[in-house]
Amino acid sequence: MVPHPFRVERVQRETADTFTLTLEPAAAGIEIRYRPGQFNMLYLFGVGEVPISVSGDAASPVPLLHTVRVAGAVTRGICELGRGGTVGVRGPYGTPWPVEQAEGSDLLVIAGGIGLAPLRSVVYHLMAHREKYGRVAILYGTRSPDDLLYRSEVEQWRGRFDLDVDVTVDHAGLNWHGRVGVVTTLIQQAQFDPDNTVAMVCGPEIMMRFCVRELEDQGVDLGDIHISMERNMKCAVGFCGHCQFGPEFICKDGPVFSYQRIADLLDVREV
Amino acid sequence: MVVVAEGLDRLFEALRRREFTVVGPTVRDGAIVYDELESAADLPTGWTDEQDGGHYRLERRDDEAVFGYVVGPHSWKRYLHPPFLRLWRAEKRDDGFQVARDEAPRKPYAFLGVRSCELHAIAIQDRVFLEGEHVDPIYRERRENAFIVAVNCGQAGGTCFCVSMNTGPKASQGFDLALTEVLEDGRHYFVVESGSDRGAELLAELGGSEATEVELTAAEVAVKNAVGQMGRSLETEGLKELLYRNYEHPRWDQVAERCLACTNCTMVCPTCFCSSVEDVSDLDGEGAERWRTWDSCFSGEFSYIHGGNVRQTVKSRYRQWMTHKLATWYDQFGSSGCVGCGRCITWCPVAIDITEEAAAIRLDDRPSEQ
Amino acid sequence: MSPKSKDLTEVIGRHPLFAGLDPTHLELVAGCASNVRFAAGQQILQEGKVANTFYLIRYGRVSVDVYSPGRGRVTIQTLHKGDVLGWSWIVEPYRWHHDARALELTRALAFEASCLRKKSDDDPAFGYALIRRFAPLIAQRLERAELQLLDVYGHVAQV
Repeated sequence: MVPHPFRVERVQRETADTFTLTLEPAAAGIEIRYRPGQFNMLYLFGVGEVPISVSGDAASPVPLLHTVRVAGAVTRGICELGRGGTVGVRGPYGTPWPVEQAEGSDLLVIAGGIGLAPLRSVVYHLMAHREKYGRVAILYGTRSPDDLLYRSEVEQWRGRFDLDVDVTVDHAGLNWHGRVGVVTTLIQQAQFDPDNTVAMVCGPEIMMRFCVRELEDQGVDLGDIHISMERNMKCAVGFCGHCQFGPEFICKDGPVFSYQRIADLLDVREV
Repeated sequence: MVVVAEGLDRLFEALRRREFTVVGPTVRDGAIVYDELESAADLPTGWTDEQDGGHYRLERRDDEAVFGYVVGPHSWKRYLHPPFLRLWRAEKRDDGFQVARDEAPRKPYAFLGVRSCELHAIAIQDRVFLEGEHVDPIYRERRENAFIVAVNCGQAGGTCFCVSMNTGPKASQGFDLALTEVLEDGRHYFVVESGSDRGAELLAELGGSEATEVELTAAEVAVKNAVGQMGRSLETEGLKELLYRNYEHPRWDQVAERCLACTNCTMVCPTCFCSSVEDVSDLDGEGAERWRTWDSCFSGEFSYIHGGNVRQTVKSRYRQWMTHKLATWYDQFGSSGCVGCGRCITWCPVAIDITEEAAAIRLDDRPSEQ
Repeated sequence: MSPKSKDLTEVIGRHPLFAGLDPTHLELVAGCASNVRFAAGQQILQEGKVANTFYLIRYGRVSVDVYSPGRGRVTIQTLHKGDVLGWSWIVEPYRWHHDARALELTRALAFEASCLRKKSDDDPAFGYALIRRFAPLIAQRLERAELQLLDVYGHVAQV
């Protein structure tokens, strides 16, 4: 429940307002072993704490990688720390993506905007265990070419013969030669067997709703669609009550849920 | 055992000998509140309370009853889950910072005058803070060492409905000692029951006598009187399912027209546990602290996520609160989140009544279309 | 019927847009169709012009653009193999709302709208079948436009 100091080893600018921090524990003996989809609470000394998904390779938990978007005082401060700065970290918290349960199935990894950050851990996992999955498609939509996360890495994934990687942007100028259109259009094009597919979707809630509708139209079972939810969080352990979503605590029952489990709640406004 | 009224002084002495800080009811600012007590003289002897929706008054009794009232605006969560608490303090170091957790209170608490509904409320918060994957060390420290002296209610208040919630008025679990106050035929005594070994040990020091049939019967009658006086009732049969299928009921709009989102109900509720944290730093930036404060699902920023609040309307906040108490709590913690103490009704400035709201929805059950 | 048009009928019948279409109606559609080819960069549709064709893209990539003075050409979607280009031909006043151009060599089936509209007038059941197939496309385009308009990944409020 108390943050451990971690040293910022590297700050990588991803987009105009998004940065990836490489963090090493400041003291010996601290190691945060996590599973893809889990999150940590990042603490900026004296300012505050925010939940941020881990976006590294869970198989090598040191250093920790967190992709942070500047959204408020804490995230701004964290992104401005620079190499040598200190961030408090506690975690990991929450439910992971069901990467083991998905073995033997086709896999759709669908990311919108910064939603690629928690799914990057999934991509690392499935590349390391590629033989355990059927066809794998990574579908990524974002606002504009300038908002693409991990751009060179996504290009590398795209170069692999065993991954179908498709990227689309909502808006583009003339220097963009890729797809333009919303991320749901990629689902229509993707190759998968709807009867044996697990989909992991992460992005803004509206984007996830549209994707789920498209997946459902394509015949994917709602129980095989998993989404990662976001709500206000103060404690990350189910005590503060802020992240309640009907009977669910996003921090401990989620953030990753099977769509089926929360479908009814998603239909109610302001739950 | 039967202990005469003066035995309360011996109870205080016995608790002090065991190094407890005694907390119990006392009169302050026109209400019966919980505070640290010096002696039995601090107890609200001769006082009672009159309660109804949005209404609370202290009245003089025509006898010297010590526990002749029900529950006030405070509950024991003030001590087990304090409203304002420093969680830790950190100092900058060369290798970042070092966090020092705050010490637990030096002396354990003895809670005197805990009502049955409140015992159930404590048991409910135990499930929140102690029985999940994570344990709140602050709550555990305070809770595990607390000595609990329960009091069986001999009267019920105008907003009480513990009988509906199956949480009272007689204490059935979770106490070290339980008292039933009897004033009859010029006699004033307590029938005392122990609920633990340390309770039994302490009881032996109170100089009581074996309870007679007559005395035990008198105690039973007192509790029976309370059962008959419940000011409110709440039908709990199928309540969870009822609320789950009525998320879109027009009653939520109606109650929202009255609700001020003042957060009173959540502050006085003995089970509401929501909190927020605030991180602060020293002026020189060398030290920082984290403070935890009670929070309420009625405030707008409670549900804030980048750019906006999820629950923008008062309707959605009232619905969240009531549905949590009476429905989602079952799925989260295996019981109702309401113990029928009636505080939220009494302390609501516009007298919104959870029992009335639940009944209105039950009367006009309108499942949302799927 | 020439062997060539029989092939075309088969190709058209296999496209999801016309799946399950009554065989006589399929013949009517095929009778209005021809194969076309656009070079990279070639304009296919121009905003404001009469909409007298729609296309099923068989190969290649097409961008649908809006021209905005000062901003130039803004791409609102790209279309690919299997996609349908153009629905303005079915809604009065039959004028294109967007520009479209081939981003690379693009092959498509072109359907002459006046031919389809005439056949629809002669056989309302055929017209209804066409409308039923295009209405979802129009609704889908609207839904996607909404999603783009919402700018869901937009820059978050600064606190």
